[in-house]
Amino acid sequence: MTVSLTRFVNIGERTNVSGSARFKRLIVEGDYEEALSVARQQIDNGAQIIDVNMDDGLLDGVEAMTKFLRLIATEPDIARVPVMIDSSKWEVIEAGLKCVQGKAVVNSISMKEGEAEFVARTKEIMRYGAAAVVMAFDEEGQADTEERKVQICTRAYKLMVDAGFPPEDIIFDPNIFAVATGLPEHDNYGVDFINATRRIKQTLPHARVSGGLSNLSFSFRGNEPVRRAMHSVFLYHAIRAGLDMAIVNAGQLDIYDDIEPDLRQRAEDVILNRRPDAGERLLDVADRYRGQNAAVAKKTDLAWREGDVAARLKHALIHGLTDFIVEDTEEARQMAGKPLEVIEGPLMAGMNAVGELFGAGKMFLPQVVKSARVMKAAVAHLIPYLEEEKKRSGLEGVSNGKVVMATVKGDVHDIGKNIVGVVLQCNGYDVIDLGVMVPAEKILAAAKENNADMIGLSGLITPSLDEMVHVASEMERQGWSCPLLIGGATTSPMHTAVKIEPAYERGPTLYVADASRAVGVVRTLLSEEHRDALIKQTREDYERLRVSHAQGRGAKPRLKLEQARARALKLDWSDYTPPVPSFLGVQVFDDWDLGDLRRHIDWTPFLASWDVKGRYPQILDDPDKGEAARTLIADGEAMLDKIVAERWLQPRAVAGFWRANAQGDDIILWEGQDRARELARLHTLRQQMPKDTGKPNVALADFVAPLDSGLEDYVGGFCVTAGHGEAERSERFARAGDDYSAIMLKALADRLAEALAESLHARVRRKLWGYAPDEHLTNPDLISERYQGIRPAPGYPSQPDHTEKRTLFALLGAPERIGVHLTESCAMTPPASVSGLYFSHPKSHYFAVGRIGRDQVADYARRKGMDFDEAQKWLSPILAYDPRKTVQ
Amino acid sequence: MTRKERRARLEQLARERILVIDGAMGTAIQALGLDGADYHGEEFAGWPTPLKGDNDLLNLTRPEAITAIHESYLDAGADMIETNTFNATAISQADYGLQEDAPRIAAAGAKLARAAADAFEARHEARPCGVMGALGPLSKTLSISPKVEDPGYREVDFDQVHKAYFDQAEAMAPYVDFFAIETVFDTLNAKAAIAACMDVNAGLDEPVPLILSGTITDNSGRTLTGQTTEAFWTSIAHARPWAAGLNCALGAAELRPFVADMARAADCLVIAYPNAGLPNAFGEYDESPQTTAAHLGEWARDGLVNIVGGCCGTTPDHIRAIVKAVEGIAPRPVPKRPKALRLSGLEPFELAG
Repeated sequence: MTVSLTRFVNIGERTNVSGSARFKRLIVEGDYEEALSVARQQIDNGAQIIDVNMDDGLLDGVEAMTKFLRLIATEPDIARVPVMIDSSKWEVIEAGLKCVQGKAVVNSISMKEGEAEFVARTKEIMRYGAAAVVMAFDEEGQADTEERKVQICTRAYKLMVDAGFPPEDIIFDPNIFAVATGLPEHDNYGVDFINATRRIKQTLPHARVSGGLSNLSFSFRGNEPVRRAMHSVFLYHAIRAGLDMAIVNAGQLDIYDDIEPDLRQRAEDVILNRRPDAGERLLDVADRYRGQNAAVAKKTDLAWREGDVAARLKHALIHGLTDFIVEDTEEARQMAGKPLEVIEGPLMAGMNAVGELFGAGKMFLPQVVKSARVMKAAVAHLIPYLEEEKKRSGLEGVSNGKVVMATVKGDVHDIGKNIVGVVLQCNGYDVIDLGVMVPAEKILAAAKENNADMIGLSGLITPSLDEMVHVASEMERQGWSCPLLIGGATTSPMHTAVKIEPAYERGPTLYVADASRAVGVVRTLLSEEHRDALIKQTREDYERLRVSHAQGRGAKPRLKLEQARARALKLDWSDYTPPVPSFLGVQVFDDWDLGDLRRHIDWTPFLASWDVKGRYPQILDDPDKGEAARTLIADGEAMLDKIVAERWLQPRAVAGFWRANAQGDDIILWEGQDRARELARLHTLRQQMPKDTGKPNVALADFVAPLDSGLEDYVGGFCVTAGHGEAERSERFARAGDDYSAIMLKALADRLAEALAESLHARVRRKLWGYAPDEHLTNPDLISERYQGIRPAPGYPSQPDHTEKRTLFALLGAPERIGVHLTESCAMTPPASVSGLYFSHPKSHYFAVGRIGRDQVADYARRKGMDFDEAQKWLSPILAYDPRKTVQ
Repeated sequence: MTRKERRARLEQLARERILVIDGAMGTAIQALGLDGADYHGEEFAGWPTPLKGDNDLLNLTRPEAITAIHESYLDAGADMIETNTFNATAISQADYGLQEDAPRIAAAGAKLARAAADAFEARHEARPCGVMGALGPLSKTLSISPKVEDPGYREVDFDQVHKAYFDQAEAMAPYVDFFAIETVFDTLNAKAAIAACMDVNAGLDEPVPLILSGTITDNSGRTLTGQTTEAFWTSIAHARPWAAGLNCALGAAELRPFVADMARAADCLVIAYPNAGLPNAFGEYDESPQTTAAHLGEWARDGLVNIVGGCCGTTPDHIRAIVKAVEGIAPRPVPKRPKALRLSGLEPFELAG
């Protein structure tokens, strides 16, 4: 089962008789067979929804729509995606709705014919079950200004919601009109659309915004490069304003950063209406852009080219050099009897050398990953020859063993898993990497289909631990017996021993600390001779862990919740004036300079993500790891140069401040100045461990002035991301076989997001909240958190409950404002994102809630209005009791 | 007990425990070994088309046999029973030339179930007995062409299917507590049935809530027309059903992962009633009550279901064993899913956030 979770949706426009002359000709001539292939092609090009439009004077719309949709229904590779039924005629739309079994999108309805008819259509759509595009069109005509667009959409929204239409199924189309037409009254159309989009997304909850792009560049018909530039620039800005989807030709968009800068700027002037002569200036250069190409130069030091081919291959593998790998591999192939001999001979010899250096601690993971990139390129060159050879001899491919790997459902983090995958591959294992957010059924189905020797699960956030237990119990239930490997930042030998292994008794479960252990574990598990010893040893170890865990729990009594509350941190509020933030509500901060952010990168966790562990900068001089660390940082810096120069990533941030008071362990956020109506409620968890006299049992709520203090206090929240742009580019690297760069980019995006969170926090302290205007701290000071106030994140020790992110995200409008979303497990996507709360009190500090008792779980569930079992599930990593035992 | 009270009590019960519905009707009728004359009865004695196999017609010609089956399931502990109206539409009855009689067959079936349930309720104060008016999948389908050479061809259109279901639902509405659109293998047929039930409900003071149950045809995890479980749910969610789930085609062992998908996707009660295993070489279902019940007990313990029961091949003994297996187990909490634009083709699509 695959669910496409998406941020921006491309709607294919080629099955639209008004958008595609070819499609129109095919339909008019009745060549439906070929017309279907147009639909198929769009999906191959990445369309996630296909727009079908049969509005043409030459066609009977009802008949053509019916026929085409019925044909699509019988083509699984097309019927896979939802359909957008596009017509200006209601009877055509209705005919379409009668032919689709899935939930489609109606495109479109409007108030053109008045409210009564609009509401009637709305109700009809509810009867068929579909989402609807609503045009910003009323009795007066199409909305052209920002004001009219917003006003019409607001009126339509209210009518629909009142009629019972789900707001999340409403998609507004605020009309994209042609710009640079020569008429000054058209100049602001782009800006009007973008601004209207922003306001619609802010004020009409859950509604979406879409637009048809082709009108925009109407004046430049025939000049594809200019049109593409205009579309890309427009989308770039409109998406940032909240545009969710657009009808576009997915194959004909340029990457914003790849547009030639002069053209980009001129197009941007037009779209954003930045100068009166913008249209003319774009026209001036338009003729220049008809087919262009970029050439890339390369340079290299060639001393090592003197050796024989085996030596050159070995050198290339050890040093991660791909420049000559194809010609060297080819030379080796011509010398060898069979292509396989190249792999088994010089390539494996080279990889063995890499393995030895790695085993001896002379090479480090990042370098091994680079070697893998070279190996992959060499093998890719040999594959056609190998297959020919296989055909000739009937020989099967050689594999040391097969591992199916996945990041579990609900989780999007995959750096560690990718590293493990690459390292296993270079050791000759077949790795079937299913990617991220993979449900149990899919993992097990893939393992079965591929006859996998073992299954590896990865995850970073705590809810993933439960998902791993779920996979394990499914394996047990279905009677699997192959080894199950567990890895990822939150996993541990203890969790594996206590939770996962008992769920899967039929086969061995092994925790794998890092990539460097993975090869050893996999090799041992596949060795007849050593396998049983390892399994036995592991089982014994885990049994011991379980025993000590059980004892540990027994030995750690918890205070009753009332007792812990009685010992809350009681700050002296009598003599305290809470600082007032410079604004209340939410603001987006988009003015980040990547060049500035990179200077705030904390290299210690960057190195750790590559399994090079040690404190920066001391590690640079470490006799063993120093060189690896230096190389890694140099490569990181080199990529940062590109990230900055070519703006690979788009850092974005949103922050908010709200009037707040604590009430018990909750923090109430108020709507108005009178502090009478609740806007939202944050829930915090309290420490329950027994402490020495005088030491308080802290909850985050203690840092906020309580209701009865009469003080007007405040709380802030934020979400930042440096992940926009990362996924696409990492995937491009990975597809090109360059896992090293793919992983590097992910690791850097993570660090930039952290740097951004630090920078924003500094700005909060100095300006936005302004309680520390004179603060001057160096980067090391920042990293060691020597400042007033904290920014704890849900899911971390001070508030271990990930679901608080849902409240925070709703308050911030993080999805629509900066495009950061939560998965069902509350992981942030894009993964390179950070969120949290702001507390300003000088005594506020980070702490760990530690383990909590059943009484607090019950109380917390009640306060949150959550089911007890659900709360217990989310809190399972910090329970001080065994939830399987009914009563303590 | 009024229908309103009964529904309120079932709603309340569904929060406290797992509800159990009845088992197979079709295979129970088969087991009676009725012959042609039983089917024709007096009324259709001279009917030109052989009627043997038209199980729904027995509502008119052998009502006491149907009542006995209902009673056997109520005695076994079922909280809800399904009417014998799986094929009581003009489209399906047309195979026997009985299209004109379809609404009468449907009404008769609904009345029989109602009477059996009411009688049982009268004897057992504490037990509300729900009647689910079964709307089956039809012998003709909207998404598939019966002609290989002409994939765009359809034997029926949406309006005809809508009409057939409308007439059936209207005929049953006075007697049933729920409309159960079940064994859905073409979601477009189900969407026509949903529209029909909505239209019937629009004319009622007290609308009849809907239950939707799809059929996953094999281990690929898809309906006959190719949808995954979650895509199916997305396509029918606009019905705002009281319960949604899966039945038929597979045994409990095979059905489980798809029920788990439904449990995650649906923000209403989840209903699941599998066959008694897969048919053996003779086309018979031979999974023992203990085996079926053990699977369903496991689903219950794993929090996957709110309502269970049996489909083809299950018997009162199966239902008895199932009642026992799910006794005392808390029902699945109905999840609140975050609002998101969800669409579907054969696969689900979600624009998150």
